[in-house]
Amino acid sequence: MAGQTLFEKIWNQHVVASPEGEPTLLYIDLHLVHEVTSPQAFDGLRLNGRGVRRPDLTLATADHNVPTDPISTPVKDPVSRRQLEALEENCREFNITVFPRGHENQGIVHIIGPELGVTQPGMTIVCGDSHTSTHGAFGALAFGIGTSEVEHVLATQTLPQQKAQTMSVTVRGKAPSGVSAKDIVLAIVGRLGTGGGAGHVLEYRGEAITDLSMEGRMTVCNMSIEAGARAGLVAVDDKTIDYLRGRPGVPEGEAFERLAEHWRSYVSDKDAVYDREIVIEASELVPYVTWGTNPAQVVALDGVVPSPNEFDDPDERNASERSLDYMGLAPGEPIRSIPVDVVFIGSCTNARIEDLRAAAVVARGQRVAPGVRALVVPGSHRVKRQAEEEGLDEIFLAAGFEWREPGCSMCLGMNPDQLGQGQRSASTSNRNFEGRQGRGGRTHLVSPVIAAATAILGHFASPEDVNG
Amino acid sequence: MKPVRVIEGRAVPLERSDVDTDQIIPSDWLKRVERTGFGRGLFSEWRDDPSFVLNDQRYVGANILVAGPRFGTGSSREHAVWALMDYGFAAVVAPSFGDIFRNNSSKQGLVIVQLAQEDVDELTRLVKEDSTRLVIVDVDQMQVEVPQVDWHRSFALDPMIRERLLYGWDDIGLTMRREASITSFEERSTAPTLEGVFDGAGHVIAR
Repeated sequence: MAGQTLFEKIWNQHVVASPEGEPTLLYIDLHLVHEVTSPQAFDGLRLNGRGVRRPDLTLATADHNVPTDPISTPVKDPVSRRQLEALEENCREFNITVFPRGHENQGIVHIIGPELGVTQPGMTIVCGDSHTSTHGAFGALAFGIGTSEVEHVLATQTLPQQKAQTMSVTVRGKAPSGVSAKDIVLAIVGRLGTGGGAGHVLEYRGEAITDLSMEGRMTVCNMSIEAGARAGLVAVDDKTIDYLRGRPGVPEGEAFERLAEHWRSYVSDKDAVYDREIVIEASELVPYVTWGTNPAQVVALDGVVPSPNEFDDPDERNASERSLDYMGLAPGEPIRSIPVDVVFIGSCTNARIEDLRAAAVVARGQRVAPGVRALVVPGSHRVKRQAEEEGLDEIFLAAGFEWREPGCSMCLGMNPDQLGQGQRSASTSNRNFEGRQGRGGRTHLVSPVIAAATAILGHFASPEDVNG
Repeated sequence: MKPVRVIEGRAVPLERSDVDTDQIIPSDWLKRVERTGFGRGLFSEWRDDPSFVLNDQRYVGANILVAGPRFGTGSSREHAVWALMDYGFAAVVAPSFGDIFRNNSSKQGLVIVQLAQEDVDELTRLVKEDSTRLVIVDVDQMQVEVPQVDWHRSFALDPMIRERLLYGWDDIGLTMRREASITSFEERSTAPTLEGVFDGAGHVIAR
């Protein structure tokens, strides 16, 4: 019998029931909750006289809606305010730990799970948010769900699930210097397309992946959904264990070391068979920028805006024409010649301490280009405090960046941080969809270092361009 | 969830690929705590454009949406399904769908009809040719039909999803039949809990 993949190991350990002709009932070890996709679920519970089965496996935080202004400023939008209040009220009523705006542990849901050590290898983790795939970096099976499923997990701590297929995504060899985790995942999404991962759980493998820090692995797993995949995974190794040691959610001393030994089993067996396998040569990777309105529309920073004629598939050709029109770009324009209005460094993709450190190295001693608004939004209060201890806030402020309070911020146009009509951004977030960052806004996805360099030069640029 | 057996009505062709859930319902609408009233936000970035197909008088009242490949990718927002249904759509026909969107649809009774690209193209042509043509989505028989031109295609439905659509079953109720299995799983489970990690105010308890 062939060995098991990491996905199969976790799946098999969480089967509650697999009745004939029905989906498998899967147990959920950790349910993360935020204000946007939960109010209707809590309402459903009340309507049906149901409770929350396991408040001790449920953790909530405010993130999507929170303004990133100083905490002392009230939430001006009454609809947002109501939703934030509803989260607190619901969590109080159902006895769930919640981190409201301004709480010392508050932050983007996919940043706080790992940093608090409540995200652990071998777990099943869900959240009403498609970027839940982030937690897969720890060898946990983590995926996004809709509000009906949020209600289902609150009530039963389980989910009926069809077993996904597995895909091995190997990034072979060492990534060249200057290529970040974001560039690796943009290359993968570009290669697979927005639907290429549908129905699959991706397992990222290869030296370029294992070389990444936990932060980098989270960036890669985060964007699995942009290739249409259910989830992304990276096998457990020393880095996983070292990252978790000493975090609040894990035990101390002997008990931790015993747990860590168990975690080491969350790797695919050598003879495991995947349903699909793809290989990407790390040596061919470069820094990337998206040019269009879906995250698979990727081009090298050194490249030019592509022409619709380059696409054989009529659908892709049509889509690219529409994208270029929306983005206000012409085929053949060099990417470096495109000016930006706004730079956003933040989001569940790239707002961890390492991302901020990398951007700060580029920003140190420089000035943001005239007319460019540049925002740095730490992913959580813990990240913010850590960055301030390291003096990163001062580097950014001295260079003319805004240093803001934690939240999802400009990743999605749900809070006051938004692009205006026709404004163009370089953004470290995960989606360049039409209107994603604000109605009529034009988003280009990049890594933190490209974002920082772009802020300083006012057009797409690399750190080398800044240091000229 | 209300039972759905046969949907009869007219179809509107969207003719766009990669329509993600941000396009179906922009995030500004996600601030609401209610479950109803999202129809006004459906495709709201495009609704101001008079040439957008939903503004075409010929398709007013259509209850079947014919879309391009990769419909409903991206964000997990179930609001996308609520918006489509609140607007009046009962089924979406497309060559492929986002996984989470497909799941969410099945919980609300929005029927997902996946057909080959050429069949979707044909259906698009048929309803563009004559917008008044009756289109039928038969969940029971798993068929889409345009009776006027004797056009019909079969589609696949997960047997469990089909049953749930036909009988309007509530997912949570179905799972609760497995209460004994869930409890016995929990007795065996060694997974950590949050107990002892945070105090009542969410602060980390010092060790």
